[in-house]
Amino acid sequence: MKILVCITHVPDTTSKIQFTANNTKFDPTGVQFIIGPYDDYALARAVELRDQTGGTLTALNVGEAETEPTLRKALAIGADDAIRVNSFPKDSFFVAKQIAQVAKDGGYDLILMGRESIDFNGGMVHGMVGELLGMPSFSPVMKLDLEGTTVKMAREIEGGKEQLEAQLPLIAGCQEPIAEWKIPNMRGIMSARTKPLLVVEPTSQETQAEASSFQLPPAKGSVKLVDKDQVSELVRLLKNEAKVL
Amino acid sequence: MSILVYVEQAAGKIKKTSLEAVSFAFALAQKTGEGSVVAIALGTIDSQELASVGEAGAAKVLHASDERLNAGVIQAHASAVAQAFQAVGASTLILAKSSLGDALAARLAIKLDAGLVSNVVELPRLEGGFVVKRSIYTGKAFADTTITTTKKILAIKKNAVDQKVDGAKAQVEAFAVSIAAADFASKITATERATGEVLLPEADIVVSGGRGMKGPENWGMIEELAHTLGAATGCSKPVSDIGWRPHHEHVGQTGVKVAPTLYIAVGISGAIQHLAGVNSSKCIVVINKDPEAPFFKAADYGIVGDAFEVVPQLTAALKAAQ
Repeated sequence: MKILVCITHVPDTTSKIQFTANNTKFDPTGVQFIIGPYDDYALARAVELRDQTGGTLTALNVGEAETEPTLRKALAIGADDAIRVNSFPKDSFFVAKQIAQVAKDGGYDLILMGRESIDFNGGMVHGMVGELLGMPSFSPVMKLDLEGTTVKMAREIEGGKEQLEAQLPLIAGCQEPIAEWKIPNMRGIMSARTKPLLVVEPTSQETQAEASSFQLPPAKGSVKLVDKDQVSELVRLLKNEAKVL
Repeated sequence: MSILVYVEQAAGKIKKTSLEAVSFAFALAQKTGEGSVVAIALGTIDSQELASVGEAGAAKVLHASDERLNAGVIQAHASAVAQAFQAVGASTLILAKSSLGDALAARLAIKLDAGLVSNVVELPRLEGGFVVKRSIYTGKAFADTTITTTKKILAIKKNAVDQKVDGAKAQVEAFAVSIAAADFASKITATERATGEVLLPEADIVVSGGRGMKGPENWGMIEELAHTLGAATGCSKPVSDIGWRPHHEHVGQTGVKVAPTLYIAVGISGAIQHLAGVNSSKCIVVINKDPEAPFFKAADYGIVGDAFEVVPQLTAALKAAQ
């Protein structure tokens, strides 16, 4: 069983988002980068499935050299080796093409990733890779179990979930509660330093929808407080001032 | 050239978010000077329901009534929509973001060789290219994105446009699809869906409770307030993590991102991860006994007070005002 887990290198969820260069570039000043929280769920489940099947687990990231500490963390958590496609991730299509190429070359049985990255939130890469490889793709997957080559999954839908059965190979975009996040232990951190991390160049430069400029939302006005003994005043404000009732 | 809209159904009813997508397409067609808006609907839906899609702005509805398409089998739906796109000779596909819509959009981008942008928040600008504004960093920022391909797909966020209701009845046409058995190879074996309630991701009003509610046994007052408003109920991450409420009610960065007209937060302090899930709301009301709760900084209206006193009073005041 060969498992590929795709990792994004994204600002920590508490980061203040700012842009530079006339709002054309993300400003990384003071920002801590992490494995995407959804990718962390995918990685945790991938480690469990690797241990269960006795297979191998490769972590993949499309990014420039600065993302290597994030990939090393994936190795510390339990991936056996890592691949970095050496390019800025220009758009979902570009990233999907790189992942599809690595997946084709490696012949993976199961490809897991987060349901979406928390920077661009597209949630499109897993489906694109699926279509590029002619494999089924599912997202957001909140449970994934293997029974031979049959994969039993639960996928979240609006207001509930659906239970699914599909055959390997397949791709899943993951979210909680598929597994508990794993925190690397000291042995993992030590061994991650020497685990193989292969750097490959992108095989295609094609893009379809690149972001060209950024904006922050308009500043929020200050809150209007209503006395707790005047609750009907709130109803009046919502009706007549905010006009939301 | 025309614009195709994928309209999603749940139990035979066209989703409201899909009607918004139709209205988005109508406004886009007017802007680009393109021809008409055509909708594609899949599975068993009665003809009156289909014709109502016209009110939102579609001139025609293609209906593939194959009952195997009642369930949202991703690959089969993707093949059916791709066939409709080719048959219509469409330039652009519009769909509403949803669990199924997102999955389809991604596969269709590759099938149709179409540039895809998700989380679209307003109509594209056409000066200097096809420029689409989308929400990024979980609502903390926006990006202008230029689509460079001839064919385009836009997955739109709730409230990107107002839904039109003044259109005419649409012409409904049967549409024959041919879907390979392989597209049905993945089986949906069971579906669990909350019934009779307003679904959280699509709700116009949301009432959420946090740890300040002290326990699941106190959710009755949240539900009553929600019921009075015709709202969906949500919760903070800690509340779903400890199992007071189901996971599909978790609103936040790693849960459901909502974009209602009105969001009411009760006993939620307002961690940045929770705010990320609600920052697209038009109006936010915060009820919290701690005047220092960070949520007040993100709120339009607030009441500093005990939820157990304020919430029943608010419900009563709303009932009195109805």
